Amino acid sequence: MNWRRFNEKLGFGVLAACMLTVVFFLVVIFYDLVSKGGSSVSWSFLSQMPRNGMTEGGILPAIVGTFLVTVITAVLAIPLGMGCAIYLNEYASDNQATRIIRMAIRNLSGVPSIVYGLFGVVLFVQFLHLGTSVLASGLTLGLMTLPWTITASEEALKTVPNAYREGALALGATKWQAIKTNVLPYAVPGMLTGTILGLARAAGETAPILFTGAAFFLPFLPGSPLDQFMALPYHLYIMSTQHQAITEVRPIAYGTALVLVVLVFAMNLTAIILRYRLRGVRSE
Amino acid sequence: MEKTKIRAEEFSFYYSGCRCLNSVTMDIRENTVTGIIGPSGCGKTTFLRSLNRMNDVVLGSHAEGKILLDGKNIYNPDVNVVEIRRRVGMVFQKSNPFPKSIFDNVAYGLRINGVTDKHFIRERVEKSLADAALLKEVEDRLHKSAFELSGGQQQRLCIARALAVEPEVLLMDEPASALDPTATAKIEELIRELKKKYTIVIVTHNMQQAARISDYTAFFMLGELIEYDRADTIFTTPSKKITEDYITGRFG
Ligand SMILES: Nc1ncnc2c1ncn2[C@@H]1O[C@H](COP(=O)(O)OP(=O)(O)O)[C@@H](O)[C@H]1O
Ligand SMILES: [Mg+2]
Repeated sequence: MNWRRFNEKLGFGVLAACMLTVVFFLVVIFYDLVSKGGSSVSWSFLSQMPRNGMTEGGILPAIVGTFLVTVITAVLAIPLGMGCAIYLNEYASDNQATRIIRMAIRNLSGVPSIVYGLFGVVLFVQFLHLGTSVLASGLTLGLMTLPWTITASEEALKTVPNAYREGALALGATKWQAIKTNVLPYAVPGMLTGTILGLARAAGETAPILFTGAAFFLPFLPGSPLDQFMALPYHLYIMSTQHQAITEVRPIAYGTALVLVVLVFAMNLTAIILRYRLRGVRSE
Repeated sequence: MEKTKIRAEEFSFYYSGCRCLNSVTMDIRENTVTGIIGPSGCGKTTFLRSLNRMNDVVLGSHAEGKILLDGKNIYNPDVNVVEIRRRVGMVFQKSNPFPKSIFDNVAYGLRINGVTDKHFIRERVEKSLADAALLKEVEDRLHKSAFELSGGQQQRLCIARALAVEPEVLLMDEPASALDPTATAKIEELIRELKKKYTIVIVTHNMQQAARISDYTAFFMLGELIEYDRADTIFTTPSKKITEDYITGRFG
């Protein structure tokens, strides 16, 4: 075998090994979750309150809590993130100030989530008197998601050819008309894709909700945005490390993990389908 | 001599400090085809895009001097740019149909200008497509995507789209540069037809094309207007040596 062919094979082998390693761990994690948690997931597990010191019953309040908090996150992050991205990409001029703002936004997406959690305590829980609540947690997660939403939305706007903007302007469209009718329709699916990925990440976070509203155990569902709530990731944390009967509740912990992972997968899948649809539209 | 439709008066244009048009003065006459020729990078596109203020969107650019449309300077602060762009339509070098149906492409300009009457829109769309010599080829698939058309058809669609808002002037930036000879011939024939109703300014790289279709020809070089005259004069007895060198293909 000559040297170049050996090199080629080696390169291919290394890359394939990288890929296989990643897939291997994914499969192992998923297999572990399904095999150990699959049997505890049932309709009653999903639809019942925890009972008997959380050693029996279901995880309904955690599912509802995660759902509500994600809705609030979305309500904050989607309009604000998209608006910000539209401003940055379509209106802001490219000068030192906007470059610094862009850089700051990119850096914010790297700030550890616990920092957002503590910031949320100060801003939402204390300063804005929202208390530890669904609202405070949702807003904290929303802030955390914003840099992702903005960056992803800006990327989506950049993929819309300039010719669409200029074409519209040349026909007598105002700038906003051009954006609304000839840019956003093609960018929004991509913007949503990025946003949903951000939301999926937020839904699985523990640190930002830890001090801002997530409760150890509540015997009721949150009745108002100012109530505390249970959430899947926090519930999982408790069931796997903080519960007094850890070995007994193992199956519940695994079931919770499985539900959380499936939920996040489902959100990511939605994003992927959206992106796929978008490609379909583009190549028409 | 025809009435002046657009007059550039000592017009200069700068991209972030670097001057790319230098004090251009020329009259563009109504219902004629004015061809703009010159080597790449000499400012033809910039000049064309100055005539409907499309260059406004280039950050850090600025204009000096005047562009008079029917005697009124379009660079005056009180001028409504949107209105100027409706009156001075534009066809781009690279055809840019929107990812919509053929019908919606042509209707786009009407709709953003506030026309809602469906019947009126339909008639105007068909008329514009007919004026752009495209109607026969597409009338049975108006609601199909514009991307299904061939390159030449897409460019004629863009012309139809520009015509639909009834501009007074039509600017065309090398509209046939990406087309095959048959499609080019169609566009040229169309331009000859359109000048009855519109004032046309066309940038072209192709000397024969400029000679064939333009009534007046302007020769630009390095941002300067070197020579501007009737096309037959420019192409037979240019007054400057450098013009002659260019049109005989000695450089460029
Ligand atoms: N958006 C822009 N920013 C900076 N310089 C530009 C821009 N567009 C064109 N130029 C410069 O201006 C000069 C004239 O360009 P252009 O008008 O496109 O020439 P032409 O159409 O004759 O080839 C060129 O030197 C080009 O590099
Ligand atoms: Mg050009």
